[in-house]
Amino acid sequence: MALAIKLDSKAPSGPLESRWTRHKDSLKLVSPANKRKYTILVVGTGLAGASAAASLAELGYNVKSFCIHDSPRRAHSIAAQGGINAAKNYRNDGDSVWRLFFDTIKGGDYRARESNVYRLAELSVNIIDQCVAQGVPFAREYGGLLDTRSFGGALVERTFYARGQTGQQLLLGAYSAMMRQVDAGRITLYPRREMLDLVVINGQARGIVCRNLITGELEAYAGDAVVLCTGGYGNIYFHTTYGRSSNATAIWRCHKRGALFANPCFTQIHPTCIPITGTYQSKLTLMSESLRNDGRVWVPKKKGDTRPPTEIPEDERDYFLERKYPTYGNLTPRDIASRAVKAVCDEGRGVGPTGRAVYLDFSDAIREKGIDYIKEQYGNLFEMYQHITGEDPYKVPMRIYPAVHYTMGGLWVDYNLMSTIPGLFVLGEANFSDHGANRLGASALMQGLADGYFIIPYTIGDYFANTTLPKVSTEHSAFKDSLAEVQRFLTRLLSIKGTKTTLEFHRELGMILWDYVGMSRNAQGLQIAIEKIRQLREEFWNDLKVHGDANTLNKNLEMAGRVADFLELAELMAIDALHREESCGAHFREEYQTPEGEALRNDEKFCYVAAWEYTGDLSKPELHKEPLVFEFVKPTVRSYK
Amino acid sequence: MSKKMTLHLRIWRQPGPNAPGKFVTYTIRDVSPDMSLLELLDVLNEELIKKGEPPVEFDSDCREGICGTCGFLVNGVAHGPKRGRTACQQYLRDFKDGETITLEPFRAKAFPVIKDLVVDRSAFDRIMAAGGYISVNTGSAPDANSIPIPKEIAEQAFDAAVCIGCGACVAACPNASASLFVSAKIAHLALLPQGQPERVRRVLRMVEQMDKEGFGDCSNHGECEAVCPKNISIKHIALMRREYLRALWSL
Repeated sequence: MALAIKLDSKAPSGPLESRWTRHKDSLKLVSPANKRKYTILVVGTGLAGASAAASLAELGYNVKSFCIHDSPRRAHSIAAQGGINAAKNYRNDGDSVWRLFFDTIKGGDYRARESNVYRLAELSVNIIDQCVAQGVPFAREYGGLLDTRSFGGALVERTFYARGQTGQQLLLGAYSAMMRQVDAGRITLYPRREMLDLVVINGQARGIVCRNLITGELEAYAGDAVVLCTGGYGNIYFHTTYGRSSNATAIWRCHKRGALFANPCFTQIHPTCIPITGTYQSKLTLMSESLRNDGRVWVPKKKGDTRPPTEIPEDERDYFLERKYPTYGNLTPRDIASRAVKAVCDEGRGVGPTGRAVYLDFSDAIREKGIDYIKEQYGNLFEMYQHITGEDPYKVPMRIYPAVHYTMGGLWVDYNLMSTIPGLFVLGEANFSDHGANRLGASALMQGLADGYFIIPYTIGDYFANTTLPKVSTEHSAFKDSLAEVQRFLTRLLSIKGTKTTLEFHRELGMILWDYVGMSRNAQGLQIAIEKIRQLREEFWNDLKVHGDANTLNKNLEMAGRVADFLELAELMAIDALHREESCGAHFREEYQTPEGEALRNDEKFCYVAAWEYTGDLSKPELHKEPLVFEFVKPTVRSYK
Repeated sequence: MSKKMTLHLRIWRQPGPNAPGKFVTYTIRDVSPDMSLLELLDVLNEELIKKGEPPVEFDSDCREGICGTCGFLVNGVAHGPKRGRTACQQYLRDFKDGETITLEPFRAKAFPVIKDLVVDRSAFDRIMAAGGYISVNTGSAPDANSIPIPKEIAEQAFDAAVCIGCGACVAACPNASASLFVSAKIAHLALLPQGQPERVRRVLRMVEQMDKEGFGDCSNHGECEAVCPKNISIKHIALMRREYLRALWSL
């Protein structure tokens, strides 16, 4: 069933600065009168989905918006804390579109497309304008103008923020724009729906099948294009900073319908999360990267030093990030900081009851800038930390440890954000496009909104104008087949009647991935992981126990379906990690490192996007390569020293 | 490691919107005080599934107090005993060993029960659609720094904008009023210069939709403010009333 796929990124050529402008000018348009004849199915209502739905509806398209939550406002973009990057250079500190582009390409360890990243940097400034106009209450200075701060991997202050809840405020902005279009009758909302299949007719994405999570009924929706904004797949690791509902099902089912999956092994582990306290724990909570503006990361110099942090004198502390990376200090990028944290814990210098934690200490900042300043900057984060741990971070240093936070990999898309299935567009974290092998802090919000507000409204019109779309209704046999297939899948889950719960399988899968496809990987471990994943998948389909029926609200059944898909995707992640015999960004292969323990890229052999095709055999996906060409920046050793 | 606890959960079980419900009590032993209340429900559900009994349905997503998905009454209090927090941020260390904790869904005419602890809060979305926005099409915004906003004003607007739409205010109000929720959005946008052009229309339409959804009136009990996980002040309701009167006069 292998397809004759030629990966055409459609990335423009010529001068970098004008690529997007020239590309936009070359795109065909749909007349205002004709736009209303097109129905677009937007799946997901996070930053990418909400901004896309709103912007497409404003243009006059007929939009149907689907979300898994009870309201579009709850998507997990809401949990992003620290901020959003934009090359506004309001601070006069030398920032520019070029610098944001350069930092992002370098931050991603030279594994992203130059054209895409430059466009992202260019659009960043429009995003801030748009959000302020919507009433997003960004932090301001006394003069009334916008405030910014620093984030990892940058030497300028270009991160705009809204206390410690930037994601929430940006999402509510996009949600409000969307609700305005609901009121105008241009968007129809379908909350509490989970997309379970993509319907492809004549090679074009023409609809979706969803489960109504309240009634349990399967529903089919036809349209002229599908815009997938369903987020990342990090929840596959079980203990993560993702929300409970975040899952890979929509992208995975599209993958099985023919969309290539790019760089699945590029998963981000965020250095500063509240450590795990027990197996019952359902999630890990992130402590924003912005805290590293004022918090200093350290461990005791001595192994097994169990004194309380406040009793350890200054000269017996190792501020290891400042020591190893003096230029960027505590603001080294996430992949590097996470590995450094892991390294000191592996040495036996970790702190706290489990020894898997380091201190994030604010005492110097409190002394220098005053407690009020710290409260104003990070009040809600400190409060959250205190709620969860019962400790007061104003008095004792926070304890933090890395946790899975984001996935750079995702469905392959071209410069127009279209997947390898015509008419299936993929936005935000669900695609693979802009972050390479590691995402810089405060860039996820930027990408989600750039895709939704400023890219898809242009590129989707070009698709419609260039494509013949015969009329299709849900009576078409492809819809009937898909409905029947999804029904069989659900029935099968319910009919196993084994002994192990979904949660047990999920937790076990998470452990395998964390151990072997986590912060550091090696060939032997990855082979073990593949074997273990296969065994676990087989056990799942023989011994799963799900309670109840499919014709009612049944969250246990929902989870079972998601874990079934995770068990398939996990193998692809391990296969991808095994094939990439280099270290780059978040993908750290122990066999490939510098004498100092830093990632060692192999640009000769691996300077490409690995896009995997589903062949019907999970163990034998077919690899397609999109070579990455660097015309404007020269890939070098990524140094933050 | 702190001492393990035993807790009894008295939970409202209702199989569907029109089916009668009842309280059922479950006992869970040997749990860590560092566990959250929702994690306790996870543990209970695992036990129930193993026994072949229906797990307790409840909504939750981010589990860090920001998405507004979770929420039910804990011993009669929306979200639970610790103020200024959502249900997911309630930890067992704040309950007594051996305690019976009663959990029941938010009760309000405008929030019909779907199943067990899950309610339908879509009325909130319809209120937002009636005017909880600033009309600015994508691409038409001026430079972000072209409208300076005094820091104090921006902070005040922020204090209102932090609403997570969880519905605790409605559940706590003896009249099941949505006034705190609606006023938070009205205040957020009315305080900002960008919100001025639609100020009149917004308050009139949102209040009208709130009434249509079957929420009650505010009679200044202050229960909403007491349970709000984001500590949104009742003063916003006063502001909403001023906005409403102002709007009526300006027509």
